[in-house]
Parts: sequence; C-alpha cells; structure tokens
Amino acid sequence: MSTLFAADEAELLLDAAIKGNMPDDRGRFGPFGGRYVPETLVPAFDRLEAGVKEHLHDPAFQAEFQKELREWVGRPTALTFAPQLSKAWGAEVWIKREDLAHTGAHKINNAIGQALLAKRLGAKRVIAETGAGQHGVASAAACARVGLSCSVYMGAVDMERQAPNVDRIRRLGAEVVAVETGDKTLRAAIDEAMREWVTDPDGIYYLLGSAVGAHPYPYLVRELQSVIGQEARQQMLDQAGGLPDVAFACVGGGSNAIGLFHPLLGDDIELIGVEAGGTGDGLGQNAATLATGTPGVLQGSYTIILQDDDGQVQETHSISAGLDYSGVGPEHALLQATGRVKYISARDDEALEALEELCATEGILTALETAHAYAAARDYAKQNPGKRILIGNSGRGDKDMPTLTKLPARIRS
Amino acid sequence: MSAHERLSAAISAAKESGRPALVPFITAGYPEPKDFIATLKDVASVGDVVELGIPFSDPMADGMTIQRSSFIALQKGVSLKWIFDQLDSAKGEIDAPLVMMSYLNPLLAFGYDALAERALAAGVCGFIVPDLPFEESDDIRAALEAKGLGLIQLVTPATPEARLRTLCEASRGFVYAVTITGITGGDAGLPADLTNYLDKVASFSDIPVCAGFGIRVPEDVAAVGKHAAGAIVGSALVEVLERSEDPKPFLKALLGS
Ligand SMILES: Cc1ncc(COP(=O)(O)O)c(C=O)c1O
Repeated sequence: MSTLFAADEAELLLDAAIKGNMPDDRGRFGPFGGRYVPETLVPAFDRLEAGVKEHLHDPAFQAEFQKELREWVGRPTALTFAPQLSKAWGAEVWIKREDLAHTGAHKINNAIGQALLAKRLGAKRVIAETGAGQHGVASAAACARVGLSCSVYMGAVDMERQAPNVDRIRRLGAEVVAVETGDKTLRAAIDEAMREWVTDPDGIYYLLGSAVGAHPYPYLVRELQSVIGQEARQQMLDQAGGLPDVAFACVGGGSNAIGLFHPLLGDDIELIGVEAGGTGDGLGQNAATLATGTPGVLQGSYTIILQDDDGQVQETHSISAGLDYSGVGPEHALLQATGRVKYISARDDEALEALEELCATEGILTALETAHAYAAARDYAKQNPGKRILIGNSGRGDKDMPTLTKLPARIRS
Repeated sequence: MSAHERLSAAISAAKESGRPALVPFITAGYPEPKDFIATLKDVASVGDVVELGIPFSDPMADGMTIQRSSFIALQKGVSLKWIFDQLDSAKGEIDAPLVMMSYLNPLLAFGYDALAERALAAGVCGFIVPDLPFEESDDIRAALEAKGLGLIQLVTPATPEARLRTLCEASRGFVYAVTITGITGGDAGLPADLTNYLDKVASFSDIPVCAGFGIRVPEDVAAVGKHAAGAIVGSALVEVLERSEDPKPFLKALLGS
C-alpha cells in the first residue's frame, strides 16, 4: 500500500468508491482524475458531462442500451468453469467470457453505449483511438449499428502487429488513420485523436476506449463496463454457489478491470490487476504503470504514469498492444493507493506460456492482453492452493495471430 | 513592477508606438541546444516578448512543426532544468521579457514553488499551460502569484461568453486569444470573422490581448494588430529555424520593417 494517505483517509476514500460516490463533481477519485484538456475542448467536455448526467441513467437510454447488449452484443456472456486448469493449478477456476461478446472483447460494451450517447448528443461523426484494434473494431461496428461515420486512429506499430483488426475496422465501414507520430502506439493514437477533436469540438464525438482520460470518461467507461462484474457476480452465486476468493483482470488503461472489479469492491474478494511486465524491470522495457510509476498528468488525467524525473512520459514495451500504455485510469490509481486492489505484472514470456496452456487445456484462444491475467492467476494458485479464482477473459486472441505465428513453435508437454 | 506587469507593459509599449507587439515562439534548444541563447537573443532583439516552448513528450495541442521541434529538442537532452541553467548564464543579456509555454506535467515534476523561484530568477515573467484549464489551476496560480509571475489564460472562438469573462479577468500579463478552432501550425489562413471575436476578448480584458495560432505572414500580423495588442508567431518561426535561416529578417518583415 502506498503512503499517499493516512490509513483513516484511505478508508474514507475507499468507502466512497464502494458506495459509487466517486468521482466527485470535479471528476476526482480522491486526488486522482480531474480534467486537464486544452481550452478549446472545455465546452465540449462540459456538454459531454451534461449529456452523461442527462442520459446515462435515464430509463429510456438504459432500456435501449440493455436491449443492444442483449440482442446485438450477445449478453450476458457465459461464465465458464475450467476443469483442466483447475486441476493443473490446484484451484477452482472460473472464467468470465468477454471473448464471446460481439466483436470478441469487452470493448463492445463501452463502444455501443457511447455510440448511443453520441447519437443522442447529435454528433456528426465519431473518432476513436485503438491499440490492439479491439476498440477500433468495436467502435466501427457500433457506429455502423447506430448510423454514424467513424474514424479510428491507430499507431503504425500497432497496425502491423494487429493487422487482422485493421482490415476488420475497414470492412465495418470505418476509416483507419495511421499515426506516425510519437511512439506510434496507443498513447500517440490518443494524442492524435485529441488533435483531431480540437478541430471540430461541436461536431465530433470522441469515443474513448478505456477508463482513462479527462472527466467524465473514466466514470462513463466504468459505468458502461460494470455489466461485466454485475453479471459475473450473479453467475458465480448461481453456478459456483458462492463468490470467488480472488479475481484477476489485465490492466492496460483499465476498462475491463474496472468493469469486473467495481461491482465486487464491497465484497470480501481479493482483487488483483495485472499489467504488462514486458521483457523486464528496466525503464522502457514494460508497461507496469501502477507497479513502477509515479503521479503525474497524462492525456487529461492526474494519475499514475511512467515518466522520468523531468516529467517526460516514458515509452513502454509489451507484446500486447492493448496493455502497451504509459498511463492508467485514475480510479485504479485510487484503488491501489487505498490498498483495495493489488496491481502486479506478468512478463511477455509468461503471458505467452499462459496463452498456450489455456488453448491446450480449455480450448480457448485468449487475447495476449488477457493472457497476462492468467499468468498471474497461475502463480497465485501455486502459492495459495485450493482457492476459488475468477478470471476476466477480456477478449479473444484471433487478432494476435500475426504475433503468434512469428514465434518459434513450441512443443507441448 | 511585478513580473507579469512587465509583460503587460512591454506589449502596451509596442502598441503605443503605433504597431502591434510581436511575440515570437521558439522551442527551447531547437534546432541545436548549443545555439539556444544565441537564437533567443536574436529573436528577443526583434520581439517584444518571447515565448519559450518547453519540449514535452505528448504535445497534444500542437501540430507537426512544434511536435517535431519538441521531439528533437528532447532527443538532444533539453530539459526544464537545463533551460533555467542556460537562462541564468545569460542573465541581463536578453532584450525582452520571457514567457514559458509548457504542458503541465514537466512543471508538476519540477515542483510549483521551485518553478516560481527559478523562473523569477531567470527573467521568466509568466507561463502558458495549454493543457491546464482554469478550473484545475489554483495550485500553480498561487505559487506563481506569490512571486509576481503571471498565469496566462488562453481563450478560443469556442469559449462561451460567461467563461470568456472569467478567463480574461483571471489572466495575468496578457490574454492569449487563440484565433482558430484547432491546433498550432495550421496554414489554412486566419478565419475571416476575427474582428468580432478579438474585439469581444479585448472588451473583457484590462490587460493586453495577444492573438496566436496560424499567424504566418505580415498581412496576418497587420490583420490581428487592428483588434489585438499583439501577435504570437510560432510554427512559422520554428520552420525558419528548421531551415537554419536567420530569424531576424523574418521577424522584422512580419512587422513590415
Ligand atoms: C482483449 C483486451 N483486453 C484488454 C485490453 C486492455 O484495455 P483495458 O485495460 O482498458 O481493458 C484490450 C485493449 O485493447 C483488449 O483488446
């Protein structure tokens, strides 16, 4: 636990988070969050915030959103018991199957929710960023569904390693804008999308794909993704006969993790977020933001970021494009600081090994992002035998075939 | 006179002499760190106030030109500490008051109190922070004000009137009126209807208004000069430096001299 607050203050902040009283009016999760955006976008953020207040919990909006989740996304997604993994790990392993959601990842929950909101707010067109391409695909699909045009900003490095998704985005009718600036991955894509938004703050709706950025995005994305944890909680009670001892989710910006964790915050469940450990602990070798970062402002939010002593944001490395990001959502920063959620990391090779094991034992090709959660869960199971483990399976791995086929073939034991 | 009052005075003096004030922007340490002070002196010999860009890894409000200059300066090791050291070494030799343009995170990392102290000592009179809206600015404003330094507010054509009043009142040194709805470096020309916008900003401001973004040629300076006290020239000047040309004739030509 960090030394950011005294224990009693941490308790108060955590209590507010559990009760859903975070963020506050200024978009703060304790000290984290806020809204650090160019002046040109301030009126656009004010309108978005007012729109979220008006529509998000309005029964008519919710009815439409729930109908789309049911009939178009295919929710509820299954909770799957994993008998082979359970045996191999000496645990009881349950998997929340966001890979079965339409377009193959949790990203669609947020994308369809925000696309419906964009429509209500009278947007002329939608822009989105993407790392792994899953949010790009989800945004393209959701915009096609509601009848809005969509441009997806994607780093050139990610376009190469997630090539199948680039093609899918285009087929779904969206434009892909290659980002050649900065680190050419997710962070640069967000910067570039912001630059585009500044040119037409009235007409453009920015469909941000993770629980990051300036207020109200971390809140909005959490609310739209919380369906994961709400369903999983009920399914555990129904199918497993009780809540899990521990839940794992991978953390890039933190949307699937906050979606799974938020509805479980008040329960007696250990929560563990897993970041990308990359190739090692050195600066630039990983994207383990919460594990090794410090407080700072990145892309609209005061949160934990990877930076040097001069406040320059550091480049990251991860085999998974979706975790390859130097920041993290502000609510995770608070959950770490209060000690409620533990954040650890898994390295590239550990994630790959876990991905192979899951394929072989349960017949599920998971995303490289998600594989990090399995790697950490497996370690945990070995050290804590007999636990009931819930894993957020944020997405499927088809998009990772270009990366996987480049690896030397391994011999299965 | 406090530091931010010196900024206002330098701009007003130009205006009173019958021409718009010229506020050139350079990215500190670009294109070559070793030429930083020489370039700054050249630019300050023509400009009334000089805006120093602090390089940042994520310049989200900037176009290609300033992104590129910022990236190269960082690669060559330019940092805020280095910039202050350089300015200290040239104390008293720079003919114009300085403002720093920096994204928030490098300032946060430096520490606001230390920042204000070093800035005052180095001849920096104010700060422009493009990713810091007024609502989030209490802490840094207090630290700067304690040393008489100004936090310069940006206003834009998208700013609603009530907010415009608040920002103009809160600004110190000058008010930065962004001319376009967009990022720096645009070459689409200035919008045709600047008159009403700039006149309105001026009417809400007790301090001078400087217009910036998209100002590239003498005609632009003359056009904004009719309705604002000064003109800020960024990307066009950085491009001159990028081509290794002497900035002085370019800046003099902007003023029509
Ligand atoms: C399958 C999958 N899981 C996880 C992530 C990481 O994002 P987040 O941390 O917002 O869930 C991504 C991002 O692209 C993804 O595609």
